Parts: sequence; structure tokens; C-alpha cells
Amino acid sequence: MSTNETPGSPRTPGTPGTETTVQPGVSSASSKDSDYSELEELSRRGRWLVLSTVAGSGAGHVGGPMSAMDLLISLFFRGMDIRPEEPGWPERDRFILSKGHAAIGLYTVMALRGFFPVEELKTFDKGNSRLQGHPDVTKLPGLETSTGSLGMGLSVGIGFALAGQKKQQRFHSFVMIGDGELQEGMVWEGLHLAPRYQLGNLTAILDCNGLQQFGWLKHQDGDGRGDRRDPWNNVDLAAIFAHLGWRVVQIDGHRFDEILPAIRESKAQPLHGPPTMIIARTLKGKGLSFTEGKFEWHSKVANQDELDLARRELQIVEAAK
Amino acid sequence: MKGLRDVWADTLVTLAKDDPRIVVLDGDLANSTKADKFAAAHPDRFLEMGIAEQNMVGVAVGMAALGFVPWLSSFTVFFTHRAVDPIRMLVAQTNANVKIGAAYSGLMTGFTGKTHQDVEDLAIMRAMPQMTVLAPADQYECAAMIKWASDYNGPVYLRLTRDGSADVFGSDHQFAIGEVRLLRSGRHALLVSTGPQSVRCLEAANELAKQQIEVGVLHVPSIKPLNVAALLEACSAYDLIFTVEEHSIIGGLGGLVAEILSENSPRRVIRYGIEDKWGESAPNDFLLDKYGLSALQVSQRIAKAFKKK
Repeated sequence: MSTNETPGSPRTPGTPGTETTVQPGVSSASSKDSDYSELEELSRRGRWLVLSTVAGSGAGHVGGPMSAMDLLISLFFRGMDIRPEEPGWPERDRFILSKGHAAIGLYTVMALRGFFPVEELKTFDKGNSRLQGHPDVTKLPGLETSTGSLGMGLSVGIGFALAGQKKQQRFHSFVMIGDGELQEGMVWEGLHLAPRYQLGNLTAILDCNGLQQFGWLKHQDGDGRGDRRDPWNNVDLAAIFAHLGWRVVQIDGHRFDEILPAIRESKAQPLHGPPTMIIARTLKGKGLSFTEGKFEWHSKVANQDELDLARRELQIVEAAK
Repeated sequence: MKGLRDVWADTLVTLAKDDPRIVVLDGDLANSTKADKFAAAHPDRFLEMGIAEQNMVGVAVGMAALGFVPWLSSFTVFFTHRAVDPIRMLVAQTNANVKIGAAYSGLMTGFTGKTHQDVEDLAIMRAMPQMTVLAPADQYECAAMIKWASDYNGPVYLRLTRDGSADVFGSDHQFAIGEVRLLRSGRHALLVSTGPQSVRCLEAANELAKQQIEVGVLHVPSIKPLNVAALLEACSAYDLIFTVEEHSIIGGLGGLVAEILSENSPRRVIRYGIEDKWGESAPNDFLLDKYGLSALQVSQRIAKAFKKK
């Protein structure tokens, strides 16, 4: 059958994807949004909790949660309509951490936001815990699906968005994907489908921290970071996404004055229209002198000296015990 | 006789009239799986996902979370092999309410050859915690299973065949999860089978009766979950069990029966099925004959086994 002849079947991509860059300070930011000190403080605490929790458990990921932290803080404290006291609220915005190995970053932000006590972070990875090494929707209220095997979150987000359209619900779905994860073929299955269905209620956030677990050696002609190549060295991802029909926004993933407007504008898109791809340029291990840009810190446990240094760099006072 | 893929589509068309939760997601095979009938009847609830089965599974999980009951349309092999990772992590591990309409299982896949034949699916799917695995014998059981699966809240894998088989049940057939069905009782041995192969086993048993070999036929429609006590009870009167399946002899029904009997009530189990080799392109009759699964072949193999005895 021809897929374009029946109602309810995919639309031919009519609106070509657009590409915009958020200009700092030009959005209609409220006074609350223009003062980022609270968010900056939360991000520092979040990074400390990531590093110290992983150290306490003796295993876990650090680099990815650090690169995603400012994006996660922005989503959970400003961007998304959510109710920590009622995680199953039907009208809530949905968030999927497709790069599930950054789970401790998500748990930390959820704890800070009040989904569960910060104290519970100590149970991470320790058996009988709601905080599994990769997010488990059957254990922790507030998660929307399970992730861990890479490349799968976008598809579930598409399902949320399609269902939201069919049910005329106004929630928005956000899916965070890693730039290394983007090498998974299943992501590309979703990338071509979302614009076909004109899922204006869907936003993918690409955490472009420029490093993957091992990756390829950096060569003189490369532009990778650390001593490794960027997962998409010399590939114009923005152009690819735009040609697939996404509305592409490029931001610095560590600047709240770029993150917050990008999220706000995503949610303001019409229900039926191009989905949004936020390409967030980030730094793996962001926030600590000894983890920034180091592929080795993809998953590594901090020693006592490193914890002491981190506490000073992140200005952590009350947690120094 | 009616092809199980037609039963699948027709039943969903009917159920969807009263159940607005039902949607069908298709992996660009609707005119093979007969999901095109659903597309014609309920165009706003038919979602073409393109040639991208992994994504289709993920989308279904998302829609199920919002209250839909997604039925997936593709070939068995593209679910249990290509999309097995999302089925495992997104569907089974989260107990998502997703229904897998696995068309074209087994050997008889319409001249496709070994690339599209799937004789490992039961082994793969029944090893997955929280997955329900069903294999109907005929059109009436198939329809009853689709109704049951649509009402049940959790993942279901429905093993469908491209073509039909003779009817063994009636139009008032009721399906009960976990059940086993004794299609024929016997004295000398029990044939345990599943899917349309059970019908071929019944024919084989009738043929053997003419040679004074009385074999019973037990149909196992619910590979998982399975009422173990009922299976043991059905086997208790027989010293010799033959498992017969249009599936590899490794890990499928034969494995299941051998596991249960060896732990609970050890007795000899002989497994008939595809013997650790790949299939080929050929007409259905050729395939059933060559791989020893036609009614005639089954009866001859069993008669031979008895002569050796």
C-alpha cells in the first residue's frame, strides 16, 4: 500500500528542517531565568554527588554524567513540567536518558529535585537498590523507560510523542543521546522517522562531549579532544539532522543562558511540526580539572586526593565528611 | 483452514472496533503479514514504521506506556534476531504491554530460504523473563489467543505461520494461558507438539493407528508460561515421549519438555525438529518432507523407531 494515501499514515516531510543558533541574552528570559546562580550551585552539588557516589560504590561512570549535568539540571529544575511528589502525573513532560550509563547523573538530579532523598544515592549499585547501574523503570518512580543498551531511547520518545499526539495531550518528550551513542544504528532508524510524523512535541538533546569510552586515536589532522578523536570527527551532524527534517539548535551545553531558551523554544513548537534536535557542545568530565576532556574518566573511581581536590574545586562545604 | 496471518489481521480488525487502545505498527511488510487489512479498516490506528524493526519495538513501548496496545507486524526473524535487544531491554525487562505478531515463523516462509526462516525463535523468546510465548495450532486457537493477548497486560510473542493448517478446534474455542491440550490419547508413546505441527502430528497418529501403533498427541500452545503439572500429568502414562516441532531441536519445545521431565519424572524424550542446520528455499511440501515434519514423515519415523525397539 502507499503510505501517503491513508489518513493517519506518515506525512511526507513538508517543512524542511531549519537550523538556528541560540544567541545568549536575546531570548525573553524572565528575571528568574537570568539569574543562574541557583542552577550553578545545583550543578556543582550534582557533580560532587556523582563523583562521591561513584567513589562510594567503587564503580560507575563519571565523564558522561559530568558533561550532561548542566543540561539535566536545566531540564529538571526549569525546563520540564514535572511533579516530584507525583511522578506518574499524566500531563508531565517526559525525559529519557538514552545514554543510560550516565544513570548516576540522572539519579543525582532527581534526588536534588526531590524525587527521592539525596541520602538514597549511597545505595547506588549496592544490591537491593532502586538505583541500578543503568536506569530501571520497574524500580524507580520518575523514570520513563529502562535504558543501558545504547541507541534505544529515541524510539521510545517517538512512541511517547506519537501517543501524545493521538491522545491530544500537550506534554513534551525529551530524549538525551550521547554523541558516541549516536553510532548505534537504531538511533538513525528513529532519526528518519520522527520528522515523517512531524513530532513537534519531541526534542532530542545530543550531549556532544566529544569522547567515547575508547574511540579512535587523535591524529594531527583531527579535531578531537584529549588524546582521542571526536566520535563524529569532521562530520557535519547539524546539516545531516536538518536535511532529515529536524529543527536543529546548536548550543553550549554548559551555559544556562543558552540551554534554557533552547528548551523553552522546543516546548513552544507546534504539536505537529518538525521535531527539535538540540546539539549541545559539552566537555566530558566537565567541572573538575582532573576529569575534563579525559576519556579515561568515562568510568573511573576517584581516590581520596581527587575527592579532596574536587571538594575544593566545586566549593562543597557541607558535604565534607 | 485459514492462514494464521489472515486470522491475525482479521481478528485485530474486529477487536479494534471495540477496543480503541489497539494500534498496529508495521515494518513495511503489511501486504505480507496482512496488516494491510487493518490499515484499510482502521487507517488512523495503523502506523507505518518503515524498514526499521528495532525502532518499531521502541516506539511500541512508548505508545504502550501511554495506554495503547500496540501489535507489531513483521517477520519472525526480524523480531527474534534483528530486534532482539530492544525486545529484551525495552519490552521484556520493563514488562511493556507490547504484542509481537511474529508472522512467517518456521520453515514455510514462502520461498525465502534460510535467511527468512526462523527455527530458533522459541529458544530465544522463552529464555526471556516476563515474556509470554504462544504458538497456535489453527485459526480458532489463534483468534482466541489474540483476544487473550490484547486483554492481557504484558509482553506477548505470538508465533504465526504464513500459511494455514487443518482445523482441530471449533469456532467456540477458549484459550487458557499455560494450558496443554490432549488432542488424542494413545498407549505406546506420546507426541508432544506445538503450533500447526500439532495438526500434522494428529494426522501422523491416525496413520500409525492403522499399523497398531497407538500414540497420543499433546498440543502445547503456551510455551511460556506453561502449566508444568499439567504437562507432567499428560506424560505420566507414557514411557516414551516424542517432541515434534517446526523449530530447531535445540532449545525449543524439545528442550522445554526434556528440561521438565528430566527434573521431575525422567523418561526417554526423542526430539524431532530441525537438526542444527539451516533451511533452504523450496515449496512447503518439499520442506516438510525433507526435514521430516510432514504427517507421513512423522508417522514413518515413529514406526521405524518402534521397529528398532
